Amino acid sequence: MTTTVNAAALALGDDALVLSHRLGEWAGYAPVLEEEVALANIALDLLGQARVLLSLVGDEDELAYLREERAFRNLQLVEQPNGDFAHTIARQLYFSVYQRLLYGRLAAGESEFAGLAAKAVKEVAYHQDHAEQWTERLGDGTAESHERMQRACDALWRFTGEMFQPVEGLDIDSQALQSSWLESVTAVLERATLTVPDGPRSGGWAAGAGRQGLHTESFGRMLAEMQHLHRSHPGASW
Amino acid sequence: MTAVTADAYEAVFDAAVAADERIEPRDWMPDAYRATLVRQMAQHAHSEIIGMQPEANWITRAPSLRRKAILMAKVQDEAGHGLYLYSAAETLGTSREELLDKLHAGRQRYSSIFNYPTLTWADVGAIGWLVDGAAITNQVPLCRCSYGPYARAMVRICKEESFHQRQGYELLLALSRGTSAQHEMAQDAVDRWWWPSLMMFGPPDDESSHSAQSMAWKIKRHSNDELRQRFVDICVPQAEALGLTLPDSDLRWNEERGHHDFGAIDWAEFQEVLKGNGPCNEQRISQRRQAHEEGAWVRDAAAAYATKHQAQHVKPGEATA
Repeated sequence: MTTTVNAAALALGDDALVLSHRLGEWAGYAPVLEEEVALANIALDLLGQARVLLSLVGDEDELAYLREERAFRNLQLVEQPNGDFAHTIARQLYFSVYQRLLYGRLAAGESEFAGLAAKAVKEVAYHQDHAEQWTERLGDGTAESHERMQRACDALWRFTGEMFQPVEGLDIDSQALQSSWLESVTAVLERATLTVPDGPRSGGWAAGAGRQGLHTESFGRMLAEMQHLHRSHPGASW
Repeated sequence: MTAVTADAYEAVFDAAVAADERIEPRDWMPDAYRATLVRQMAQHAHSEIIGMQPEANWITRAPSLRRKAILMAKVQDEAGHGLYLYSAAETLGTSREELLDKLHAGRQRYSSIFNYPTLTWADVGAIGWLVDGAAITNQVPLCRCSYGPYARAMVRICKEESFHQRQGYELLLALSRGTSAQHEMAQDAVDRWWWPSLMMFGPPDDESSHSAQSMAWKIKRHSNDELRQRFVDICVPQAEALGLTLPDSDLRWNEERGHHDFGAIDWAEFQEVLKGNGPCNEQRISQRRQAHEEGAWVRDAAAAYATKHQAQHVKPGEATA
């Protein structure tokens, strides 16, 4: 495996690993039983993707449990704390639309990721559908849910530019990806009676930061929790 | 149609139960049979969803990605089991909302076992092996329960539970054969979960208030003590194979009975846990209430959206795959 392919597999694998972890935090706290099932289901799909991608690079557990914060290559978007249900849904919407477009392109290409992407894109289509339906229900539900959904979309908007920074090892037209993403997200937000946020999508610090191992503060605590047990028993198998 | 007396309905019901026929939602049934089933099925459903908490406590700390995936899948299955069981209970004329309200108000119970804390990773294995093992011992006979919807739910649930139990056993085996620290962690977990697991079969037969009637109605097929004995007999060789001991100095094979004798259960502790004074009763119910209360605006939004879009045959999302 070449270094550039490793870099791309780490970036995509870390996205899936970290978002899966955040969704796992919902277990036992979802607003309705059906969402316990759905959020766990999405988390499991993402964890499965992470395991395949990280295994392309090396030992999945070494990579997940023994790297420090600065060595993780995930987007800052996926490490954002869950917040309320609207916040989680906005994060899912932004990321699943990106991931579906990206994996759709990778599945159609001839890179090392084509096979993996072909399988994952089916799962991601479900994730996108789930996020879109909830965006619409919350956006076009009650006054309170509308406000919460708008606030969540606004709050996470500044982390979306990072998705369209070129990733080493991924032969993707980032500009085209970005315009397709904007088009899809705009359509969903409009159907949901929400306003497309107008803040910057690629502020100086946020742009490309996660991909370079520059993360937000909550990420270190997330890793501390995730890695603690594994690190407490060096060399043990589980 | 000729008027039929209640006695005649009851005779038809009794004959169906005696002939091992299934009672279905539209059949006549005694009020007390309906009430017992609602109580038992609700308690069972509540146990599935409260039971997510002690295990979910370790999802974010699972020590390998493989174990994390297994644990997430298990907790997801439990939510699914809760859904089946609430649906089965709804065939008796109640509703999920009503049952959840009763759980949150402390008017319906869940299994006492989930009031114990998960303090180490090995507890996830001990729950799989012992708690799911006890649940399966209790639930397999329910696959032949006289009430059709309950029996059918149990067939589906028992298949998944058996799978979870094997995974829990395998988790403990890996720890038992691992480093000495892992082995100790496994032994400590078994020491803490063994007696509470035996309590899952309920009070001794001479103190079990619902047993006789439930057995007559073929809701239950075996007494609490019979099932508890069966469980002990299954666990002893499994513990040996695991290389772990069970925390009971009175545990020994009784040739005459063809069963293992075992020590006295601390029924005072059991009663305290049932009364709400176990280590996690307060925490479990508070978290459940919190999730429900904090989710209210989401459920309200879904209902408002559904009302607004009821008239439309095509949902907006469907046009835009």
